[in-house]
Amino acid sequence: MTSPIKLDVRHLSFYYGGTKAALKDINLSLATNEVTAFIGPSGCGKSTLLRVFNRMFDLYPNQRAEGEVLLDGQNVLSTDQDVNLLRSRIGMVFQKPTPFPMTIYENIAFGIRLYEKLSKSDMDERVEQALRGAALWDEVKDKLTASGLSLSGGQQQRLCIARTVAIKPEVILFDEPCSALDPISTAKVEELIDDLSDRYTIAIVTHNMQQAARVSDKTAFMYLGELIEFDDTSKIFTSPAQQRTQDYITGRFG
Amino acid sequence: MGRATALPSSFGGCVSDITSHQIQSQSERAAALASFKLADSLFAWLTRLAALCVLALLGAIIISLIIGAWPAIKTYGFDFLTTQRWAPNAKPVPILGGLGPLYGTLVSSIIALLIAVPVGLGIAIFLTELCPQVLRRSVGIAIELLAGIPSIIYGMWGFFVLGPILADTIEPAIADFVEDIPILGTIFAGPASNLSLFNASLVLAIMILPFITAISRDVFNTVPTVLKEAAYGLGCTTWEVVRRVVIPYTRVGVIGAIMLALGRALGETMAVTFVIGNSFRISSSVFAPGTTISAAIASEFAEARDLHQSALILLGLLLFVLTFFVLSGARLMLRHLARQQGV
Amino acid sequence: MANPLYSARRRRSLLAMTLCVAATGFGLMWLVMILFTLFWNGIAGISAEIFTQMTPPPNAQGGGLLNAIVGSAILTALGIGVGAPIGILAGTYMAEYGRHSKLTDVIRFVNDILLSAPSIIIGLFVYGAVVIPMGSFSGLAGAIALAVIALPVIVRTTEDMLLLVPTPLREAAAALGMPRSYVVRWITWRAARTGLITGLLLAVARVSGETAPLLFTALSSQFWSVDLLKSMANLPVTINNFINNPDPNWKRLAWAGALIITLAVLSLNIIARSLAARSNEK
Repeated sequence: MTSPIKLDVRHLSFYYGGTKAALKDINLSLATNEVTAFIGPSGCGKSTLLRVFNRMFDLYPNQRAEGEVLLDGQNVLSTDQDVNLLRSRIGMVFQKPTPFPMTIYENIAFGIRLYEKLSKSDMDERVEQALRGAALWDEVKDKLTASGLSLSGGQQQRLCIARTVAIKPEVILFDEPCSALDPISTAKVEELIDDLSDRYTIAIVTHNMQQAARVSDKTAFMYLGELIEFDDTSKIFTSPAQQRTQDYITGRFG
Repeated sequence: MGRATALPSSFGGCVSDITSHQIQSQSERAAALASFKLADSLFAWLTRLAALCVLALLGAIIISLIIGAWPAIKTYGFDFLTTQRWAPNAKPVPILGGLGPLYGTLVSSIIALLIAVPVGLGIAIFLTELCPQVLRRSVGIAIELLAGIPSIIYGMWGFFVLGPILADTIEPAIADFVEDIPILGTIFAGPASNLSLFNASLVLAIMILPFITAISRDVFNTVPTVLKEAAYGLGCTTWEVVRRVVIPYTRVGVIGAIMLALGRALGETMAVTFVIGNSFRISSSVFAPGTTISAAIASEFAEARDLHQSALILLGLLLFVLTFFVLSGARLMLRHLARQQGV
Repeated sequence: MANPLYSARRRRSLLAMTLCVAATGFGLMWLVMILFTLFWNGIAGISAEIFTQMTPPPNAQGGGLLNAIVGSAILTALGIGVGAPIGILAGTYMAEYGRHSKLTDVIRFVNDILLSAPSIIIGLFVYGAVVIPMGSFSGLAGAIALAVIALPVIVRTTEDMLLLVPTPLREAAAALGMPRSYVVRWITWRAARTGLITGLLLAVARVSGETAPLLFTALSSQFWSVDLLKSMANLPVTINNFINNPDPNWKRLAWAGALIITLAVLSLNIIARSLAARSNEK
C-alpha cells in the first residue's frame, strides 16, 4: 500500500550564496504519515534540505533555493507563500533543545496563542494534551510554572516536541534531535517519534544509522549535496542499490 | 523498540477528522497570521527608524557645531589655529585664537598616555599572565571601577589632594633633578604650582588607565593558548612570552586601545577644568598652568556671548574633529584585530 | 651548573614581572586614595538633612541637597526614558533585522564614535539645538543631553547582548510560524533580558555622574524646581558650584554630594557587573 504524497521535492537546488550548490537537483517525495530518514556524512546537505522544507533559510540573506517543494500540491518556495503559515504546517525540532526562556506552560501555550484564542481552561487542556503527547506530562505536571530551562536535556527536547505538536502541524522535521542527548533520553525521544508517526508526516536527519533503521519507513542517503539513493529503509539497510550507500552504511567512509 | 500504544490519542482521533480540521484551521491560521502583519512590519520599521536616529544624531551634532562656529570661522579663518592671544573683551573686535587650548589638549593627552600606557599594559600583563585566578576578577573590576568614578570627582581630588602633593614635593623634586639638563630643564622648570598642565596630565592618566587596561587585557586574552604554550615549551620566560608572542600578536589591538584612551583624554572636561589653571598662554614648562579645549568651554561658555561663544563652539568643533579621527583610527584597528581573529 | 645566559634571562623576566605587579599596585593605589579622600571629606557632611533639606544660600548654616538629588533623579530618569527605547530598538535592528547589512556596519561605527565623543560636545550640541531655540536653560535640555549620552551606551549593550542569544532559539521560534517581531520581542529580548537590564544600569551609571553636558543645558538652581522648562537643580553641577566657593558649609555639602554620587555610581556598576556575570554563568 502506498500512502498519498505529502511533500514532493522536484529538481531542488540550494545555494548558500554564490554559485556553488549545497543541494543539487534533489527529487524525492515524503508519503503522508510515514517517517523518512535522511542519512549521510556531515555536510552532505541533509540538514540543509530540511531547512528548505520550512523555508528556514529565509531568515538569512543570500541563501536561495531553486526548484519546487510541493506541500499537498502547493509550491512552498513560491514568493506568495506565507512563510509563517507554512511553518505552522511544517514544524521543526532542532539538534540542541531550544526551550524558550519562559515557563514550561508558556513554552507550549505561546505557540498556540499565535493562531487561536482559547479560554484559560481550553488552553490548560491543550497544554496538557501536548505534554501528554510528548510523554512529558507526568514529569512536569507539578511544575508547569517552572522555567523551561530547568528541565534536563532530554525533557527539554520533549518539551520542544510538545511545543511543535501543540500547534497541530502536518509535517514535523527532526534535525538530529538526539545528537545532544544521552542514550536513555534518546530512547524516549525515538519512542515518541515512533508514536507520532501515526499522525504526522515525519522527516528526520540523523547521524545514527541504527536510529534511522529503527524509526523510519523510508531512508534517503545523501552525499555531497546529491541524493544518492532513496528507498524503503529495509531495502537501504539490507541491499542498497548503490555502492556508496553500501560503503557508508557499513562504515567504510563517512 | 516497542510502540507506546498506551499514550492517549486525544489529539489523534481518526485521520479524516484531522484532515477536515486542518483544512478549516488553515484558513483560520492564515487569518490569524494576517492580523499580525501590520504590527510586524510596523515594529521592523520602528527598529530601523531608531537605528537611523543614531546616524541622524551624529549628523545633527556636526551641523549644529558648524552653525554655531560659523561666525568665528568667518571672522578668524585659519588664523584661529595659529593665534595664541585670547582676549574676548578686546575692542572693537574680540581677539581670539585657539592655539593655547589646542596645545594644552594635545600636550596633556600625550603626557597622560606616556604615563598610562606602560602602567596600563603592565596591569594587563599582570592580569593575564601572573594574577592568581581568584584575584583576577576582583582586581580587574577594581581597576575598571576607576572608569566609573564621575569625572568631577577626579577634578576635586586632583585639586584638593593630588595638586598639593605634586606642588609641594614631587614637582620641585623633578625640577631640581633635571635643572641642568638642557631640554628637560625647560620642560620641567619650576615654580611648581597646584594648577598645572602636569597635574591635569596625571589626573587624565589615572582616568584613562582603566580603558587601556581593560581593552589590552581583552586583546591579550585573544592570544591562542597553544601559541603561548609553544613558546613556554621552548623554555621562554614569562617576560619573553609576553614580549615575543603576546605583544606582537596583539599589537594592532593594543594600539587601538591606546587610541581609544587618547580619544577619552582629548575630550575629558571636568577633571581637567579643576586642575589645569585655565590659562590661555602657552608655557614651555608643564608645571605652569594651561588650558584645554574642553576646560576652556566648560569655564567660559556660560558667560560667553556672540563671537566669544562662537569661538568656543569652534574649539568644540575642532575637538570633535580631532576625537573623530582618533576614535575612527582606534575602531578600525580593533576591528582589524577582530577580523584577524575570525580568519 | 647554572647557565649565565639563562639566569640573566630569568632575572630580566623577574624584573619585568615585578614592574607589572608594581603597576597594578600603582593603579589600585589611586582607587584607594580617591575613595579614601571621598570618605574622609564626605562622611562628616552626610546626615539626614542632606536628603531632607534644600541647598542653603551662601554663608548660611546647615541645609541639604534635596532639590539637587531630586533634580538629578528626574534628569536621569528622563534621559534614560528617552534614550532607552530608541537605543534598544536601534540595537535590535542591528542584531536582528539588519545583522548582515551594510547599514548596520555604518551605524555601529557611528555609534562607537558617539559612545566616546566628549560629553562637553554633547552639551554644546544640546545648547545649540535646544537651549537657543527655547530661549532658556531648562531641565528638558539637560535631560536631552543625558539621553544623547545614554543612547550609544544602550545601543552598544543591546546589540552585544542580542548577538549572544543563540541562533537556534530564534530559528525554533520561527519554526513555530511566529512572526519576526514576536520572535524578537518574546524570545530574543526575553532571553537577553538580564543583559539588557545590565546595559540600562550601566547607562544610568554613566549618565548620573555627568557634569559637563549639564553646565549649560540644565544649568542648575538653588531652589526646588520640578518645572522642566526652567533650569533645574542637579547634583553634579551643584557640587561643581559649591566646591569652587570658599563657603565652608557649601564645601561640606559638595563633598557629601560627591560621596553620594560616587557610591551610587559605583554600586550601579557593581550590580550591573554581577548581573552580567551571573547571566554568563547560566
